Amino acid sequence: MIDTIQQLGASGLKFFQRLGRANILLAHIIGGIPSMLPRLSLVVHQIYSVGVLSLLIILVSGLFVGMVLGLQGYNILVDFGSEETLGVMVSLSLVRELGPVVAALLFAGRAGSALTAEIGLMKATEQLSAMEMMAIDPIRRVLTPRFLAGFISMPLLAAIFSAVGVIGGQFVGVGLLGVDDGAYWSQMQASVDLYDDIYNGVIKSIVFGVVVTWIAVFEGYDAIPTSEGVSRATTRTVVHSSLVVLGLDFILTAIMF
Amino acid sequence: MNTRKTEILVGLFIAAGLAALFMLAMKVSNLNIYSNEEGYEIIANFENVSGLKVKSAVTMAGVRIGRVSDIVFDPETFEAVVKIRIESKYDTLPKDTTASIYTAGLLGEKYVGLEPGGDEENLKDQDKLKLTQSSLVLEKLISRFVDSFIDKDKKD
Repeated sequence: MIDTIQQLGASGLKFFQRLGRANILLAHIIGGIPSMLPRLSLVVHQIYSVGVLSLLIILVSGLFVGMVLGLQGYNILVDFGSEETLGVMVSLSLVRELGPVVAALLFAGRAGSALTAEIGLMKATEQLSAMEMMAIDPIRRVLTPRFLAGFISMPLLAAIFSAVGVIGGQFVGVGLLGVDDGAYWSQMQASVDLYDDIYNGVIKSIVFGVVVTWIAVFEGYDAIPTSEGVSRATTRTVVHSSLVVLGLDFILTAIMF
Repeated sequence: MNTRKTEILVGLFIAAGLAALFMLAMKVSNLNIYSNEEGYEIIANFENVSGLKVKSAVTMAGVRIGRVSDIVFDPETFEAVVKIRIESKYDTLPKDTTASIYTAGLLGEKYVGLEPGGDEENLKDQDKLKLTQSSLVLEKLISRFVDSFIDKDKKD
């Protein structure tokens, strides 16, 4: 009995220790942003590996999510004779929820895991210690550009996801199922609000971008420097960031809409 | 991968992202019909506005000329006070314009339809519309319909 309570306490303490370390790391990373400004090429290279390389999966899944929404939405709406509102359904669900959330989940799987593995391996092969020996702050040199790159890429990826999804929905709804093209767009424009829907979707994706990259960078930096430790850290990145994205999404939705 | 190529690809990526945001703003949302924060406000009292929302359309002859900007309840007259913002380019509405609440389609959104009167004077900011017709409540209509049948039965 006492042992169980002790275990509970120990894991609780461990959790808060990690949370504290993650917060200190975030403060360090953000503190490193001003010194990053004259060396934007570092950030550009990270945007390439975090954003550009995630583009393909975002484009393909955005297109297919939009097409599935178009198909399913049509099948339901046609029962009520209101298939003209297909555009509203597709665009609202993409802009408000699916765009930011699915893009963030894919981003965690595609870019977050790569970030963790890269930083963890840098730690395991003592590259980070070598930098410290050369009086280079590894947090500012390695972590800050990656964090900034995630922060910049994620909203762009989510926007691309939503835009491609709307086009995918139009392709299925208008092109294959015969919804009127004008009704698709005009009903959409009448119902989607720039501030309520699109801005809030962008805010969501910025929050997810920060959280996912933060988790990825922290897990990599905090990984046990062995091959097993790095692999565990990578798994944790994907699992934790997916869970946090889904949980945060509920909270943000409850606040925003 | 050389730096130049990377930078070009990143530039393309950022441009694509911004283009997607731009498309969402322009093509998907109501930005193009939104930019009318100015204009003037008129007030209409309705007995019942059920289903009407802030930002619902205000039309005349079927063309949208404004939006509902606010709906409040007046505790003295027990009426709903609807504030309507009309775009400033439509400033020649006659003073005896009437307002009714209509439904787009059978189950669609409610909107305010304005019908022009014959007055020489024009509506100005914060003017009040005198004649209004309330929202159609389906339950009331059905109950009146049923009641008329019951009355008929009694007579027979």
